[in-house]
Amino acid sequence: MLLVPCPNCGERDQSEFHYGGEAHRTRPTAPETLSDDEWADYVFMRTNTKGVFAERWCHTAGCRKWFNALRDTGSDAFLAVYRMGEEPPRLGGEEKEEAPADEAFA
Amino acid sequence: MSVQAYRLEDGGRIDRTAPLTFRFDGRAYAGYRGDTLASALLANGVRTLARSFKYHRPRGVLTAGSEEPVALVQVGGDPATTVPNVRATELELYDGLEAFPQNCWPSLGRDVGVVNDALARFLPAGFYYKTFMGPPLNWMRFEGAIRAAAGMGRSPTAPDPDRYEHVNRHCEVLVIGGGAAGLVAAREAARTGARVILAEETGALGGGLLAGAPDAVTIDGRPAWAWLAEIEAELRAMPEVTLLTRTTGTGWYDRNWVTLAEAVLDHLPPAARDPRLPRQRLWRVRAKAVVLATGAIERPLLFHANDRPGVMLAGAVRAYLHRWGVAPGRRAVVATNNTDAWRTAFDLAAAGVEIAAIVDSRARPDERLLARAQALGLPVRAGSAVVAAKGRSEVRGAVIARADGGGREDVACDLLVVSGGWAPNLALYAQSKGAIAWDDDLQAFRPQPNGAAARFAGRAAGAFDLAASLRAAAVAGAEAAGIAPEHVPEVADDGVAYALAPAPKPQGGRVFVDLQNDVTTKDIRLAAAEGYRSIEHAKRYTTLGMGTDQGKTSGLNGVATLADTLDKTIPEVGVTTFRPPYKPVSFGAVAGRQVGELFHPRRTTAMHEAHVEAGAVFELVGDWLRPRVYPQAGESFDDALQRECRAARSSCAVLDASTLGKIDVKGPDAREFLNRVYTNAWMKLAPGRCRYGLMCNEDGMVFDDGVTACLADDHFHMTTTTGGAAGVLAWLEEYLQTEWPELKVYLTSVTEQWAVASICGPESPKLAAELFDDIDADPQAFPFMSHTSGHIADVPVRVFRISFTGEVSYEINVPARYGLWLWRLIEARGAKYGLTPYGTEGMHLLRAEKGFIIAGQDTDGTVTPLDLGMRWAVKNSADFIGRRSLFRSDTARPDRRQLVGLATADPATVLTEGAQVIAEPAERSGRTPMIGHVTSSYFSPNLGRSIALALIAGGHGKTGATVHVARRGAAPVPAEITATDFLAGFGERP
Ligand SMILES: [Zn+2]
Repeated sequence: MLLVPCPNCGERDQSEFHYGGEAHRTRPTAPETLSDDEWADYVFMRTNTKGVFAERWCHTAGCRKWFNALRDTGSDAFLAVYRMGEEPPRLGGEEKEEAPADEAFA
Repeated sequence: MSVQAYRLEDGGRIDRTAPLTFRFDGRAYAGYRGDTLASALLANGVRTLARSFKYHRPRGVLTAGSEEPVALVQVGGDPATTVPNVRATELELYDGLEAFPQNCWPSLGRDVGVVNDALARFLPAGFYYKTFMGPPLNWMRFEGAIRAAAGMGRSPTAPDPDRYEHVNRHCEVLVIGGGAAGLVAAREAARTGARVILAEETGALGGGLLAGAPDAVTIDGRPAWAWLAEIEAELRAMPEVTLLTRTTGTGWYDRNWVTLAEAVLDHLPPAARDPRLPRQRLWRVRAKAVVLATGAIERPLLFHANDRPGVMLAGAVRAYLHRWGVAPGRRAVVATNNTDAWRTAFDLAAAGVEIAAIVDSRARPDERLLARAQALGLPVRAGSAVVAAKGRSEVRGAVIARADGGGREDVACDLLVVSGGWAPNLALYAQSKGAIAWDDDLQAFRPQPNGAAARFAGRAAGAFDLAASLRAAAVAGAEAAGIAPEHVPEVADDGVAYALAPAPKPQGGRVFVDLQNDVTTKDIRLAAAEGYRSIEHAKRYTTLGMGTDQGKTSGLNGVATLADTLDKTIPEVGVTTFRPPYKPVSFGAVAGRQVGELFHPRRTTAMHEAHVEAGAVFELVGDWLRPRVYPQAGESFDDALQRECRAARSSCAVLDASTLGKIDVKGPDAREFLNRVYTNAWMKLAPGRCRYGLMCNEDGMVFDDGVTACLADDHFHMTTTTGGAAGVLAWLEEYLQTEWPELKVYLTSVTEQWAVASICGPESPKLAAELFDDIDADPQAFPFMSHTSGHIADVPVRVFRISFTGEVSYEINVPARYGLWLWRLIEARGAKYGLTPYGTEGMHLLRAEKGFIIAGQDTDGTVTPLDLGMRWAVKNSADFIGRRSLFRSDTARPDRRQLVGLATADPATVLTEGAQVIAEPAERSGRTPMIGHVTSSYFSPNLGRSIALALIAGGHGKTGATVHVARRGAAPVPAEITATDFLAGFGERP
């Protein structure tokens, strides 16, 4: 059971959260202009990264807010959390090794 | 009752003033409080406790702990509380205990399955695998025989009457294991005031020290057992320390989330179990740091017939001597590759057991050991190994062979003590993905700590001499709490440093590696020969380590055998993945209190009391208990349903609609938001009006529907399906927060704020007029799809003129606290109009008469609004969630399954919901193409015939065509495709 660092509430048990899949997949503003393939790519296709992955979480049983996180899918370490609409922060080499969750969003 | 002929005169941590009687295999025996079932049986000279899983060979007691592979028993004969696969080595004896052997029929002594042993060559490794993977007939042919012969005891057949609990805890330091190392680690950590939890698997703290004489060593100048009592008292006096006994660390999950299984009452006679306490607890601990003081597991030796009862591990024999005062034999051979087993030989000799030989595979054992053996007059065979156990059913002797190929020697003995060395018990650590590495000196894997989370104390750290072991413990405990160690115990022992040679290789015969699953060295070699060369593959092919013991005593020997076969080293072969639980955990402990009524919360509406009084039959919808139908005295379910549905169309009926999801949508962009999330248009809905809407996911598939009312230009009251309410709210929030944060919209769940009574039927306007203080109930003045606010007896109400039945309806919303009052008022005022309460079953039937869909019944996540024939609910004016998907080539196919009505040729035949629809009048042999399925089906009292809705390929273009609905064991039923509004099609009313 992971500990997920909510940017609003701090580190909480994974059972309080809802996983929202890959982040930064913005809904197309004019879907009718897209080909079937382009639309299918938005609706159905997700990357399956081993390593640092930008993903969405919702603190469903807490503040009910959605946020983004950078998680290493190999080690399950949360490297950073940031708000919806923000760009993913750049990770320094050292942070990548092991980021204490408390400092990840400081 | 037999005498305890193998009980020592004195000694042991048993209470000789508290004799107990117990039964095993139908016979009565005596033991003492403090015994385990295994120690008591050994004291009574009972050495065969079980038959093995596959070959039904007699099996005894190998170990003295939870790693035991074969001494498994069934405890208790009650069909509700009987427990299979209990390790006799862990089972604490109580008065009146009744245990049964497993895997034998008709009895332990006369087991007919033993024929499997003679047929062993027909049951090779991979037998199950080949049977499963082969043609299906193989499994079908063998299944009966396999199921009858296999199995590991009987499951309970009646509901478990016991109570189980979950405990959630946080702590700074969690120590797993309550031996000397665990105690020292806990004491160091606790000095800081940190919250420390220590979990010890057995009923007593002390671990390996209890498997030695009380004064075998001294710690801080005190004899071992006296020191134990003192440190236990010291820890118990510390307020932040929690000492748990009979508590096993079973799972180590992400971020130091560790589960501990505590057996609270299992050691007590059933009559003495405090009814206020749970039988077992599952502790769920989130620890800042974990110290593993899980000790070590001894490795058996590989030789012919090494599974015979009477072959026991050296450490276990020492434990039976000192902890339980039992000498499990009269004449022993001690076979080893290491220094430690010599201590067992010395202790056995001291207890009066004749030592036939100490057999050490090392050519030059330590001088100190040799000198002691000589002083005691114990024969030593250095540079030799036991290559076979003798005895038809139990050990009667050992065959000793010299490593240099010299002569063989038969030695009579009834106890064959074996030790292939000790391996740190790292199963829990490995579960947490902890790294381990092979240590050649230790001939075992040792931990490679790769993070701050896991620390190791004692033998788990690979420290096999007590002084080093306790030093590691003090360091681990202190560092876990973030300090330097303060008190490293001083140890004085016999001074013999632990040393060993690689375990001798087996010399042929039937050599058992995994005693529980009956896996032999030959099986592993066969697996390798057949290409299963990875340890993970060989494990699955042979079932090595896949029993309830998870290969605790067999894993290393299995790896070694495969390595030897492949001419590789042990680290090259590696180990299999460790998975939780460390040892079997009862389903009860996993479930905790979440069983029966507490399995899932039940929500009830404000009117619930009235439904119960009316004798309603309830059903679960989402979390809600909803009345399904209200049968009157002597009335069948169907009769009640038909009566309720007739009333709704002929007089007046009332439904508790409180459970519909209700979401308050407010904000300047509320209207724009609704326009994006519903498939139809919302920009022009005027205040005071209501509109039905469909919701799709981005894939274009309908997932919910409901009516939303415009309260004000920036304020809407949305309703959802009962089961979909929470999901819809979450989905709306997700879009607001993640895709459209610029929209100013606020969502509030108001489902519980309103109680809703929906009255319908031709008499309902009269009833409504009587109820309302200040609302004109006339359907002309208060038209369909409008809503208004007003009062009933001065209580504020919101009334929606919306209908799910097709009848004139008034959906009356009151603040929830008035719900019961409103329901009773409606019943009282409505009696003269023939008011009839109806439930969800009637609602389903009435809406089906009108062809209205139920999302989740007539849709299943593969159905678009167009498939439903609801083109009218799909706007062209703007985008909405899922719109683009409606034009994908696949969603635009004309032969998609589309919603239609079905009218059976025989109006009395009611189709089965879920039944498959076929185009042909009879099923073909082989596969008949299916063109759709029935989604809803009822007998309509108002039409006097059966009606059904179905999703049928290209159905919209097939009105009037005849299709056939398949039935099990009967001819398909012919039915005509119709429109979905049956009332319009068959009824008199438009
Ligand atoms: Zn939060």
